Amino acid sequence: MMHFMSFFPYAIAAWLFVMGLYGIVTSRNFVHLIICLAVLQSSTYVVLLSIGYRWGGVPPVFAGPPVGTPAVDPIVQALMLTDIVVEATVVALLLALAVQLHKHTQKLNPDELEALEG
Amino acid sequence: MNRTGRMVFFLISVAGFFAIYLWALRGLSPFGHYPGPYGDVLNKVAVYERHATDVVTAVNFDYRGFDTLGEEFILFISVIGATLLLRRQKSETEDGDQEDESPNRTAPAPSDATRALTLALIGPMVLFGLYIVCHGQLTPGGGFQGGVILATAPLLVYLAGDFESFKKITSHTLVEAAEAAGAGGYLLIGFIGMILGTFYLRNVFALGKTGEVNSSGTIAAISIATGLEVAAGFVLLLYGFLEQTLEIRLGGGKGGGKK
Repeated sequence: MMHFMSFFPYAIAAWLFVMGLYGIVTSRNFVHLIICLAVLQSSTYVVLLSIGYRWGGVPPVFAGPPVGTPAVDPIVQALMLTDIVVEATVVALLLALAVQLHKHTQKLNPDELEALEG
Repeated sequence: MNRTGRMVFFLISVAGFFAIYLWALRGLSPFGHYPGPYGDVLNKVAVYERHATDVVTAVNFDYRGFDTLGEEFILFISVIGATLLLRRQKSETEDGDQEDESPNRTAPAPSDATRALTLALIGPMVLFGLYIVCHGQLTPGGGFQGGVILATAPLLVYLAGDFESFKKITSHTLVEAAEAAGAGGYLLIGFIGMILGTFYLRNVFALGKTGEVNSSGTIAAISIATGLEVAAGFVLLLYGFLEQTLEIRLGGGKGGGKK
């Protein structure tokens, strides 16, 4: 069990990354593409949390347990936390771009866009 | 590039990614055996140094406060960008080339069950959001999480009523001002340290008693500023997308759009 778990979270992260990338590469719709980007980015959360995890560690919050109790890494959690909120707004920005694109060209398929137009 | 070529390029890239990823994993300690030392050091000192029992918040708004400031501005600029893109374009107010294909359709009114549940939830959500923003230094929470919870309150109003009531409770000027005040507040709290002769973003406020709400000095203050910015930012995004779907496109066919 321990042996399986020693690589399983990293395998999940790789799976999310590759599947997100596959979705982006083969996408036929910008909304789908943007959601795939969000899936891809979520792989970083899994990697960060996996690196900082410790068997039997408490959360890095010492409101209950006394200072000195073995705890998981707070730094990666802090990195991840801001990342989630920032990602949500970046996804919103990209979706706004998709809305405008559809309004101006009536297209959402990346393959149908020939060249940049002013 | 055609689709086959793209797939070949993708497969080669994935093979390269796996090679590098596996190589990188060899240098990591196995899952569940965090080697430290930085996280362990912070877990030991943060409570004494900053009087904050939630070390994650202490890291975010103090130890790496400058980095979070940068991330906060990514958020700020994303919101500004999305708002700019979603505002009523010049062409849409003037002629609006997109015909509304069924101008007489009306959205079904929300059911009584939806209305009752969402109305009952609005108060608790506001309270819960404020609680999470204010207690970030003590227990899991802080400005980022609490801000998002606060932004759900206007969304609940929209679910219970319509876009008109959403607009009524989110005065656009006020929300924009809150967004700017949140982002600027974080920036300015950093300068207080410099004015007092130390460093930018140095925790110079009274640290208070560990475990109380008014503890941890600038961490609590920055958390509140962030909460304001995140809540206002998400409300602006909601406003932009709702207006885009419900008003601008519908208004387009009528050759001018409603104000």
